[in-house]
Amino acid sequence: VTKHNQRAEYGKTLLELGRENQNVVVLEADLGKSTMTHAFGQEFPERYFQMGIAEANMTGFAAGLALAGKVPFTNSFAVFAAGRSYDQIRQSIGTAELPVKIVGSSAGLSDYGDGATHQSIDDLALMCAIPGMVVLTPCDGLEAAAAARAAAKIDGPVYLRLSRNDLPDLYPDPENYDPYHPAVLKDGEDVLLVTCGIMAGAALEAAESLAAEGISAAVAHLPAIKPFPAEEICALAEGKKAVVFCEEHSVFGGLGSIGAVALAQVPVKVGFVAVKDSFGQSASSHEELLRFYHLDADNICAEVRSLL
Amino acid sequence: MQEKIARLARLADRLRLDVVEMIGVGKVGHLGGSCSLAEITAVLYGEVMCTQGEQRDRFLLSKGHAAPIQYAALAECGIIDRSLFAGLKTLGNPLQGHPDRRKLAGIEGNTGSLGQGVSMACGMAAGLRLDGSPARVYAVVGDGELAEGQLWEAFMSAARYRLDNLCVIVDRNHLQATAPTAELFSIENISAKFAAFGFHVIETDGHNVESLLAAFAEAAATKGKPTVVIAETVKGKGIPFAENQVGFHNSALTAEQYEQAVAVLRERLGDAQ
Repeated sequence: VTKHNQRAEYGKTLLELGRENQNVVVLEADLGKSTMTHAFGQEFPERYFQMGIAEANMTGFAAGLALAGKVPFTNSFAVFAAGRSYDQIRQSIGTAELPVKIVGSSAGLSDYGDGATHQSIDDLALMCAIPGMVVLTPCDGLEAAAAARAAAKIDGPVYLRLSRNDLPDLYPDPENYDPYHPAVLKDGEDVLLVTCGIMAGAALEAAESLAAEGISAAVAHLPAIKPFPAEEICALAEGKKAVVFCEEHSVFGGLGSIGAVALAQVPVKVGFVAVKDSFGQSASSHEELLRFYHLDADNICAEVRSLL
Repeated sequence: MQEKIARLARLADRLRLDVVEMIGVGKVGHLGGSCSLAEITAVLYGEVMCTQGEQRDRFLLSKGHAAPIQYAALAECGIIDRSLFAGLKTLGNPLQGHPDRRKLAGIEGNTGSLGQGVSMACGMAAGLRLDGSPARVYAVVGDGELAEGQLWEAFMSAARYRLDNLCVIVDRNHLQATAPTAELFSIENISAKFAAFGFHVIETDGHNVESLLAAFAEAAATKGKPTVVIAETVKGKGIPFAENQVGFHNSALTAEQYEQAVAVLRERLGDAQ
């Protein structure tokens, strides 16, 4: 399987969008090399706003640019893009339904070295709670590019969650990207694994292990967890013995919480592979953290077995 | 000129009368901070700003709780209908407690969560400049609001991007929701702070129409940096019992107070009944 980096693909796409649409503007809070927006800045200095280490103002400034007819992309690490700026996203952007694109980079535990302050385990909860917000959770680099392109066209606020590290290409058809429907990565009879973001890979790996034990698992990746495709997930859950939601995020307020609400009327057992009410910490690799917080294939299998 | 000054001074009192009528009897409303802005609002909407079309000047009320004075001005300009006044802050009425662009024409951005309006104004000013628009952006902040840190981030960015199409107005009425600003929190030396943040600073009497006209003309003529107009005002101005009273930040009028306020304003407007 080939790999791509979500940040790199996003940066490239941003540059293309800048060439195609004069109204695309980019805001950065001194992390441009990391979020990979700097290429846009080099080609379009007039449309690139370096806002300093001041995320709240960056976000409000973006609201103003949107009010002047622009399509702004704000950039920072997810923990700051969504967390530090939450109030500005809610008040200046959300209540006014402005088409600002908030891009949370190095999301989840992917900034493995920097520890709890830099790892976002609550950004999805914050963004999903804002009425009207579209929350995009691509699983690989090419899907991230497609998601950025789609975000530019959505006439409303969008949160785009990007991981820091290279990821295998899993999204079936990025050319025909559709954020509002689940991408079924594998069919199965017994259980349904629902994933967002980087968890698609672990879920596919888990499905393979489960198959060896005689358990047939379907895997559905959600390009967007909000709006949540409730009808389709309920239909996929129909007749299954269990549904397990897998996310690199707190068990509170993200995919699992929204999914459990959607499945309230479906007679199926529901399980969760997510961070259990805990902050992150430093480690020497992303994989090490995913194992430590029980977010890997082995733990998905264990959750499935516990439900059957 | 004298005629213009008289017209705008009269307009300010008419806006005050609208505010009093909008708030009415027994309903809580932001009377004090609306009245301190009456002349500023009258001068901007009644003279300085182009209020219609793509190239209109933009007005953002960062101290969004003073919405009634903006609603009065919008009606004056024919942008909204006066019949909405009676339903201020009632379910389904577009006159929300704080300005909401989704619900009401003439509102440029959703403000009122204090500290956020100037960031928006800066982004607007930058966006309009990208398009080569001649429009100017006016953002009104309260003096108590200056405690919000986001404002100072915004002021820095206004100077960084040399937003000379931006004019920030400080409604320096010396009172905030629960106490005088001098007692509550240190926001003193406002002019020096703005100068240090890269602004062209104009201090003026916020109730003197002629001084305000001169201030906004000077702001428009200032190039290469943003301007702040620090407008010395009186909270509750024009309504004798409410002037300089912390209690009239957001409170209800009794029937007696209401009649008194209306009578004073009608008398000044020369149409006492």
